[in-house]
Amino acid sequence: MTRVGLLVRLARTLRNIGHRFVDRLWRLGAGARLFWLTLISSGESFRRPWLVIREVYSTGVLSLIIILVSAFFVGMVLGLQGYNTLQRYGSSEAIGVLVALALVRELGPVVTALLFAGRAGTAITAEIGLMKATEQLSAMEMMAVSPVSRVIAPRFWAGVISMPILATLFSMVGILGGYMVAVPLIGVDAGAFWSQMQANVDWRDDIVNGLIKSVVFGVACTIIALFEGYDAPPTAEGVSRATTRTVVTSSLVVLGLDFVLTSFMITV
Amino acid sequence: MAQNIVGQNIVEIDNLSFGYKGRLLHKGINMAFPKGKVVAIMGGSGSGKTTLLRLIGGQIKPNEGEVRVDGEVVHQQTREGIYQLRRKMGMLFQHGALFTDLSVFENVAFPMREHTDLPESMIRDLVLMKLHAVGLRGAHKLMPAELSGGMSRRVALARAIALDPEIIMYDEPFAGLDPISMGVICDLIRTLNDALGATSIIVSHDVKETFLIADYVYFVADGRVAAEGTPEDLQVSSLPFVHQFVHGEKDGPVPFHYAAGDYKQDLMELDP
Repeated sequence: MTRVGLLVRLARTLRNIGHRFVDRLWRLGAGARLFWLTLISSGESFRRPWLVIREVYSTGVLSLIIILVSAFFVGMVLGLQGYNTLQRYGSSEAIGVLVALALVRELGPVVTALLFAGRAGTAITAEIGLMKATEQLSAMEMMAVSPVSRVIAPRFWAGVISMPILATLFSMVGILGGYMVAVPLIGVDAGAFWSQMQANVDWRDDIVNGLIKSVVFGVACTIIALFEGYDAPPTAEGVSRATTRTVVTSSLVVLGLDFVLTSFMITV
Repeated sequence: MAQNIVGQNIVEIDNLSFGYKGRLLHKGINMAFPKGKVVAIMGGSGSGKTTLLRLIGGQIKPNEGEVRVDGEVVHQQTREGIYQLRRKMGMLFQHGALFTDLSVFENVAFPMREHTDLPESMIRDLVLMKLHAVGLRGAHKLMPAELSGGMSRRVALARAIALDPEIIMYDEPFAGLDPISMGVICDLIRTLNDALGATSIIVSHDVKETFLIADYVYFVADGRVAAEGTPEDLQVSSLPFVHQFVHGEKDGPVPFHYAAGDYKQDLMELDP
């Protein structure tokens, strides 16, 4: 290849990288703008709570099955793995603490958020994207009704309300799964299982921190799903790509935020 | 000009230019929509007819010139001002744009619930009256997915007139309909316009139906008003573009072929 050809190719690659970077930055700005607009357009959601309650049903209640079933299995696996390790050190009765702490501090909020992004987030993106593609959002605009306050904000608050409740239920059912494995199946003492858990799980450091995480993940997952839908090109391909992006972006953001939040919460 | 029909215009478009990405879609358009009349904007696909409706509704801003609705310049309004203006408008979208999660009844009730504090019993009566006007009172419990294309558009029309607007805009109201539905919609547009004392703006490329109900017609081509007049005038117009459009001729001022290079050379080239 000639030197000129090489230079042209290099320039094209650099231009592509720059273009992608600018595009990502633009999307980040547009997303932040929608987030801000949603916050300042939330009055309607509080004045007419049924708008939010209806969405809590579709984002929260309809996600219950997948969340609870996953929680039960995650809890059982934690019970098995935890027992396997703990018994080597002769402290198998600490299994209750291990299961509870793992769920309340980490797995509850994180796995719930990942499942939430897959179940509710994709549904939100597809719904908003299709509403846009079929001109329903334009129709609303032309009726002098703001789609951000009537469609986006209620879904946002529904997500923010649902996530901590789902994460709490995840932890509870997970602990139950761990109990089922540890006590009836393996034969750990039930009293030790519960009392150790009660003694070692801290309200402020464990439960409240876990709840804070789930609220933050709820905000992140819901706004990403809403933005992807709102920003989707109004075509079949556009909506399908947006739905995929919702899952990918939400998952990465949740895992990244988890690290950031955990590093703030753990005092070394 | 259309001003000759009746004194007062409810919508006026003045020297309007609009475009994006460096390409101008409209280049200095002037139009007037007199109160109480049915005015049509016609032109080929992609000539920016629907964009004109969006400019009137304030969904986009012109690059130059202005659109006045009821004397107010649309693009100079605040968001609240635009919403106030839109309350005077009703718009029928090309595919109806019904809210798919709401029933027919709730779709028509939507603007009433959003903008008024009417009691439920009155909303019910009003919705049924609007649905009756479009002949679909019996379908009020159905969901949009259960409606045919023509029925969806009639429900959307009932929703567009829910708050008795002064201006009703129709985006391709006849596209994709069977002849019976087309006749029904055609009749409804004229009847509702006269019954409500509203002004109707129809964007369409269906010559026969539009000429049947319009009082005045604007032809848009190449970003400009290519011709205007009453349907009777345009029917016998000798302007080449109007003649081609009205009679549906394949070739004429609007060429059959999209602009392309030399045919022979294109065929000989190995790398497209």
